Amino acid sequence: MAEESEQALTAEQAEQLEHPTEPATLYGMPVTTAFGDQVLHVDRSRYLDLVRALHDDGFVVCVDLTAADYLTHPGRSDLPAGVVPERFEVIVNLLDPRRRRRIRVRCQVPADDPVLPSLWDLYPGTEAPEREVFDLFGITFDGHPDLTRILMPEDWIGHPLRKDYESGRIPVQFKGAPSNR
Amino acid sequence: MAAAAERLREQGAVLRLSEADAAAHAELERAPEDETMIINMGPQHPSTHGVLRLMLELQGETVLRCKPVIGYLHTGMEWTGEELTYLQGPTNVTRMDYASPLFNELVFSMCVEKLLGIEVPPRAVWIRMLMTELNRIASHLLFLATNGMDLGAVSMMLYGWREREEVLRFFQTVTGLRMNHNYIRPGGVAADLPSGWRDGVLRLLEMIPPRLEEYDTLMTGQPIWRERLQGVGVITAEECLALGVTGPILRSTGYAWDLRRDMPYLAYDEVDFDVVVGTFGDSFDRYAIRLNEIRESIRIVHQVLDRMPGGDYRIQDKKVTPPPRARIDESMEALIHHFKIFTEGFKVPEGEAYAAVESPRGELGCYIVSDGSSRPYRMHIRAPSFYNIQALPHLMHGGLVADAVAVISSVDPIMGEVDR
Repeated sequence: MAEESEQALTAEQAEQLEHPTEPATLYGMPVTTAFGDQVLHVDRSRYLDLVRALHDDGFVVCVDLTAADYLTHPGRSDLPAGVVPERFEVIVNLLDPRRRRRIRVRCQVPADDPVLPSLWDLYPGTEAPEREVFDLFGITFDGHPDLTRILMPEDWIGHPLRKDYESGRIPVQFKGAPSNR
Repeated sequence: MAAAAERLREQGAVLRLSEADAAAHAELERAPEDETMIINMGPQHPSTHGVLRLMLELQGETVLRCKPVIGYLHTGMEWTGEELTYLQGPTNVTRMDYASPLFNELVFSMCVEKLLGIEVPPRAVWIRMLMTELNRIASHLLFLATNGMDLGAVSMMLYGWREREEVLRFFQTVTGLRMNHNYIRPGGVAADLPSGWRDGVLRLLEMIPPRLEEYDTLMTGQPIWRERLQGVGVITAEECLALGVTGPILRSTGYAWDLRRDMPYLAYDEVDFDVVVGTFGDSFDRYAIRLNEIRESIRIVHQVLDRMPGGDYRIQDKKVTPPPRARIDESMEALIHHFKIFTEGFKVPEGEAYAAVESPRGELGCYIVSDGSSRPYRMHIRAPSFYNIQALPHLMHGGLVADAVAVISSVDPIMGEVDR
């Protein structure tokens, strides 16, 4: 009896693993759950439409916008079937304060054409974070009012958070000066 | 909602000029009647809370447009975070927001714990609450001090620093350091509270409330103080939400949003406190909110004192926790275990997670992508000041340049956090 119930439980667990009770799509996009948060995966062409739909549905705060460079970690396993991994990924964190829920949007951005539409029209607060992503990853945002470097100097070459960015030394004045010690 | 975004876009408060354009603009020969000038405030202005530079477009003494220029600190903490193990991570992030370092450690640890799928013991949770609430008090005291200094109330500055020092002295007895503690770590806290900690906290709780009354007498009813702050730097709740501005600035508009109450973490759903909100969204409300949040934090600390549970202060998981110091002397395995944890660190399962806490400046978030190794593949910090600073052009729009100082001060930015 005990054995039977144990078996039934494992079968149920297997069923749970294969077909999670979470809906497979949300807003017409494949959705996964990452440590308690819902994550939507969207392709570039529908990125703006999806975020607009989320905005109209009550996700009125763009809490965070950032990116990741998957150059040295291409085989990530948390993407749902049908989503083609690309080198860059832009992650948008949205908050619905009225219903107290969060949602995350992950959008794959190819390395040979790193362009995304800007969310500035929907969320003016993405002005600085989109500039930061542009500055540190080199992803450009179409429709951004002032896409310039924000953390690095204006004449800096390269994008420091890219995984193929040479981390090394830059010449420092007086570095080689003899010390009196 | 969309109307707020529309208004923010059309208001034209943000100066969109590069440095080179601004230099050219400044050299232009202009007719005297339409004279606007671009001046730089900072990066070394004493009231810019670090190295913040504001490009202000002025007409006479009126601020037309403004552009915050950041990035002078060159800390690169997100990049450094990818070079350090998860165990070393708190040492790095604690330096970001140097006025409230424990919050940075907390959010990093919470994010790593989410990835690891572990739950810290109750004593660690309550110690974390005690320490972060005291840290909130210290941070708001620092705000009161600098706000007073920026507006010329030098005695307020001295009082604020004096009381903050007492809180930092308590931190020193617990963590060994006044700032940059590296006390909250993935899996719990670094050490248990020392003997006599209760007396130390009680001393703080006795000392601070009467001093707050003194601040009230000194500042709140004072006509000069009110004239400098009331109606200065007004923002609406819709604009705050559109800009992603959180914390006391959002609450000053009357929008009661506090992660401690609305998306509880640690054990905040078990303690009793009020979310302080303002009415007008001006600098005075932001001052009053922070003053009263100290009182709420004191209320929370009282409850933590009464209900501090016993037990472990860190998780007993061999994978994450180093062995006790005494074991190292007697057991070779413990020594190897200790050595391995501190040289290699512990591995964290693949995935990505986001954790957020309510820091004294708003929502402080941490986003970590793990590739299964002992270092974060990508670590990103959602710094509240970084988003709050975007509100500066809109707060200053149409105001006087003399009020710019009051507005910057009321936003309470920490540049270490902005430049990360």
